[in-house]
Amino acid sequence: MIPAAFDYKRAGSAAEAISLVSEYGEDAKFLAGGHSLLPLMKLRLAQPAVLVDIARLTDLSYIRDEGNHVAIGALTRHHDVENSSVLRQHVPLLAHAASHVGSPQVRHRGTIGGSIAHADPASDLPATTLALGATYVAQGPNGTREIAASDFYTGFLESALAPDEMLTEIRVPKTTGATWGFQKFNRRAQDWAIVGVAAWRRGNECGVGLVNMGSTPVLATSVASAIAGGASVADAARLASEEAEPQADMNATAEYRRHLASVLVRRALESQSA
Amino acid sequence: MKITVTVNGKTREGDVEARTLLVQWVRESLGLTGTNIGCDTSSCGACTVHVDGESVKSCTMLAVQADGCSVTTIEGLANGDTLHPMQQAFMDNHGLQCGYCTPGMVMAAISLLQENPSPTEEDVRIGLEGNLCRCTGYHNIVKSVLAAAGK
Ligand SMILES: Cc1cc2nc3c(=O)[nH]c(=O)nc-3n(C[C@H](O)[C@H](O)[C@H](O)COP(=O)(O)OP(=O)(O)OC[C@H]3O[C@@H](n4cnc5c(N)ncnc54)[C@H](O)[C@@H]3O)c2cc1C
Ligand code: FES
Ligand code: FES
Repeated sequence: MIPAAFDYKRAGSAAEAISLVSEYGEDAKFLAGGHSLLPLMKLRLAQPAVLVDIARLTDLSYIRDEGNHVAIGALTRHHDVENSSVLRQHVPLLAHAASHVGSPQVRHRGTIGGSIAHADPASDLPATTLALGATYVAQGPNGTREIAASDFYTGFLESALAPDEMLTEIRVPKTTGATWGFQKFNRRAQDWAIVGVAAWRRGNECGVGLVNMGSTPVLATSVASAIAGGASVADAARLASEEAEPQADMNATAEYRRHLASVLVRRALESQSA
Repeated sequence: MKITVTVNGKTREGDVEARTLLVQWVRESLGLTGTNIGCDTSSCGACTVHVDGESVKSCTMLAVQADGCSVTTIEGLANGDTLHPMQQAFMDNHGLQCGYCTPGMVMAAISLLQENPSPTEEDVRIGLEGNLCRCTGYHNIVKSVLAAAGK
C-alpha cells in the first residue's frame, strides 16, 4: 500500500514549518515520526495534499531539567524518552510508559509531540502526561501559548491545536517522593492497550490517567478526590470510570472496560515503584 | 524529488515520488530484495532495516525521509562469504524455517544487541516484539540472539 500523492516540504526551522502549513491551510500536515500519519495515509484514512517534515528540527529534540519540571522537546523520540536519565530520575512514570509504546522500531521513529498532537485515546503518552499534570507549549503564526493537558483533548483525534499550530514542548512536573504505576492491558505484544492506566501518588495527592476509556484520554478526577478525602485505594479505584465513556469494540465490551479500569487503577495506585 | 542515501556503505542517488516508501525504493529501484514486505501495515517487522544504525520498519518510512541518512539492509551485513555473527548464529541455532521473517529478525536483533549487549532471555523476547514469525515458535530465534550475544 502506497499513500496517495502529496507534496513534500522539509522545514529548516519551526517558524518555517508553521508558515508552510499556514500557507497550504487545512490540506497540509506536519510530519514528525510518521508512525501514526503514514499508516493512516496508506489506508486513505488521511489524505493531506502537503506534508511538512519537521523530524529534522533537532533543536526540538531535548530533555532538560528545569527545576520543578522537566521540559521535553516535541520532536524527542519515544526511544530517547524511555532512556533519558533525567526522566528516569525525576519522572520515571513517563520514561516507563514510553518504553511500552509499540516496538523498538516504532520507538526509534515516533515522537512524543506526534503522539500528543495525534490525540489518540488509545495511545499511552497522552493519558500519561494528562495524569502527570503536564503543560503543552504550542507555537503558531502569532506566537506561543501554553495549554494545560487537561484542556487539550477535545474529541476523538481532536485537540485544542489550530491546524497551523505546532507543539514545541511538553513540560512535566517532577514526581519527587511519589510512587507510580503503569498498567497496560493487552493480549498481544506491541499492541495498543485495551485499557491502560498511568498513575502517581504522594500521600493523599494523586493523578490518574486512563488509556482507551472513551473518545479522549481521561483524567480520573473522582479517584483523585476520593484519595484526597482519605478513601482507601480499593474504594477509590471503584470510581475509575466516573469520568469515562468507554466504547465497545472487537476487543472488549464497555462493561468489561469499566471492570478493567477499576482493577488496573487499583494495581497502579498500589504499586510501590518510586 | 532527488535523494542521496548511503546504502550498505555505497552512495546511492534516486529521483523518487514523495509517496515512495523506503522499502519500495530499496527493493524496486535498488534491487535489494532481501528486505521483505510481510504485512505492509507496520505490524510484522519483516521490512526492518537500519537507518543511521537503528532498527526501523521501512514500510512505515518514506524514501524522502531517509535522504542524507545511512541505511543498512540484510545484504549489507556479510563480509564476502563470511556471514555476520548474527546471521551465523541464526544458521547454527536453526533460527529460521521458511526464512520470510529472517532478514527483519536479524536486523532487529543486531539493533537490540547494540542497545543492550548482554540481554536476558526476557530482554530478547521483549526486544523482538515488533517482529512476527509464523514458523519457528520463536524459541530458536531467541536462542540464536542469545548465542550471538555470547560471542
Ligand atoms: C505498529 C505500531 C504500534 C504502535 N503502538 C503504540 C502503542 O502501543 N502506544 C502508543 O501510544 N502509540 C503506539 N503507536 C503510535 C506511535 O506512538 C506514534 O509514533 C505516535 O502516536 C505518533 O508520533 P509520530 O511522531 O510518529 O507522529 P506523526 O505520525 O508524524 O504525526 C501524527 C499526527 O500529529 C501531527 N503532529 C506531529 N507532530 C506534531 C507537532 N509537533 N505539532 C503539531 N502536530 C504534530 C501530524 O500532523 C499528524 O496529524 C504505534 C504505532 C505503530 C506504527
Ligand atoms: S511489512 Fe513493514 S511491518 Fe510488516
Ligand atoms: S521462519 Fe517462517 S516466518 Fe519466521
